[in-house]
Amino acid sequence: MTAILEVDDLTVDFSRTTAVRGVSLRVEAGERVGIVGESGSGKSVTAQAVMRLLPPTATVGGRIRFAGQDVLGFDPARLAAWRGADIAMVFQDPMSSLNPLLRVGTQLTEGLRRHRGLGKAAARAEAVRLLRTVGIDDAERRLDDYPHAFSGGMRQRVCIAIAAACTPKLIIADEPTTALDVTVQAQVLDLLDELTERHDTATVLVSHDLGVISSFCDRIMVMYAGQVVEAGPTDDIVAAPAHPYTRALLDSIPRLDGDLPRRLPTVPGSPPFGNVPTGSCAFADRCPHAQDRCRTEAPTMAPVGPNTTAACHFPLTEGART
Amino acid sequence: MTRFLLRRIPQAVIVLFGVVTLAFVLTHVVPGDPARLIAGPNASVDTVASIHHQLGLDRSIGYQYWRYLVGLFHGDLGTSYALQDTPVASAILRALPISAALAVLGVLWEALLGIPVGILAAYRPGKLADRVTTLATLVGLSAPPFWVGLLLLYVLAFKFNLFPLSGYAAPYINYLILPSFTLGLGGAAWYARLTRTNMLEALRSPYVQMARAKGMPERVVLLRHCLRNVLSPLLTMLGMDLGYFLGGVVVIESVFGLPGAGKLTFDAIGTLDVPMITGAVLFAAFFIVVMNLLVDLAYALVDPRVRR
Ligand code: SF4
Repeated sequence: MTAILEVDDLTVDFSRTTAVRGVSLRVEAGERVGIVGESGSGKSVTAQAVMRLLPPTATVGGRIRFAGQDVLGFDPARLAAWRGADIAMVFQDPMSSLNPLLRVGTQLTEGLRRHRGLGKAAARAEAVRLLRTVGIDDAERRLDDYPHAFSGGMRQRVCIAIAAACTPKLIIADEPTTALDVTVQAQVLDLLDELTERHDTATVLVSHDLGVISSFCDRIMVMYAGQVVEAGPTDDIVAAPAHPYTRALLDSIPRLDGDLPRRLPTVPGSPPFGNVPTGSCAFADRCPHAQDRCRTEAPTMAPVGPNTTAACHFPLTEGART
Repeated sequence: MTRFLLRRIPQAVIVLFGVVTLAFVLTHVVPGDPARLIAGPNASVDTVASIHHQLGLDRSIGYQYWRYLVGLFHGDLGTSYALQDTPVASAILRALPISAALAVLGVLWEALLGIPVGILAAYRPGKLADRVTTLATLVGLSAPPFWVGLLLLYVLAFKFNLFPLSGYAAPYINYLILPSFTLGLGGAAWYARLTRTNMLEALRSPYVQMARAKGMPERVVLLRHCLRNVLSPLLTMLGMDLGYFLGGVVVIESVFGLPGAGKLTFDAIGTLDVPMITGAVLFAAFFIVVMNLLVDLAYALVDPRVRR
């Protein structure tokens, strides 16, 4: 398999805080990778860094390669030609990510015309086809509507149509369902699923919801305080999480059998903000299994199973084995 | 659109009626007797009384108000006290083109100076262009217009003879450049700041991120995606400014000796020329109300969210 995206030791510094510290990630062609973590874990910043969408105040270190090319070295022209054509993004809030003053048709065709060199009429015909694909009725007419005439779920469908317009090799979806009603969340995920399946598009799904991630992704990467704390195939991680934080995330998924949704019930507190003390585990203050060693030595990623790695001195899988 | 107009036009009429009433009452309750001013300091009591009678000032204020409204209904704004035998309406109509030219040019200065500067400043926040703009707008905002006007007159008209000093004659544009620039300067500074703020906000907005993620070059992001959202609220304010300026800009017309509606109002206040003051105020209010209406209409055309 060939790697579409290789991220090596990515760091992102803002003037006062470090948002991402040493994240590595590899996405193969057609693969689906989920990044899960609470807000502030650095998952969205990682996604934005890959798209080169961070504000100029951010300092990005490490390496990002897309199909072998050095993304951090792209000049503005190369960047514009790459985004939208080879890589695309779906954002969290479909209410504000569509331009309120431009017709949906304009927002849909501008990428087609730029990247695929379509003429006005051809781009419009293609836009109609795309809108139909994402399940919007009366597509021909709706192209002339403005975003405010669409519901939230419909707008996210439009956003997905825009992202998929030029059949990119990779789509990054940053919390694509978080702003939507529960009832349409599943529909939007299904749509993303269908479209990426059809063209074998690799997907990086970023979410705070391990339930969403595990239903969609082949592999999962759990982030905490700007670092990866556990990574591996979805099935392995869901069946036997090694890191106490992953365990907590799993426990917080609302069950269908009547439990109320809980937010990290086993771990009270919130992730550290800003400078995480080095020389200890970032999760130590919230971890129910923390011991003295956790506060004196930072754990590093190490194999905890045949396919999984985790950064914990006392992985839960070991306890299960002994 | 028709529903919109059907609702707004009666509103506008009511506002104007209120303005007439207020202007009428205010000019009648201020101390000072116009008849005495007309007659001069040495006039006898009899002369003053006969002028009173001539002007209808010996009748009750209610009756005077009624007469004024009836006249207004027939398009008659009364006759000026100070400029003997000149109907107020024709005096104002004569002054109006000058004020209109000044107003349009003033708004142009505001937009053409303020908006590009604001965009430039927002493009690289904190850099040299931005700092120079911040400083310049601070000066522009805090300098009183009459002072700026006098300064410009002194340097450009008096010292360097680039512009005429005062008055209004052909070629008219020469007489309008300095006053309109003075008029637009404060607004330009304000618009520069506003454009900068709106632009910075737009540049951070999700739809701009989305446009970038789509692979739109920065030029397209700026012109197609940002500018529209930045300019549409400014449009409203520029329109309001135009309405406000159309009624006559008292200070600037006086400094530059332009015989516009503002100067007319200024002189009318000096001579307690009640019909003239009321007429000028009515015209000023009329422009503000009409521009308000037009701006709302234009806004509905630009922003689909308002169109209902
Ligand atoms: S290293 Fe220690 S504190 Fe950190 S997650 Fe593992 S057990 Fe908990």
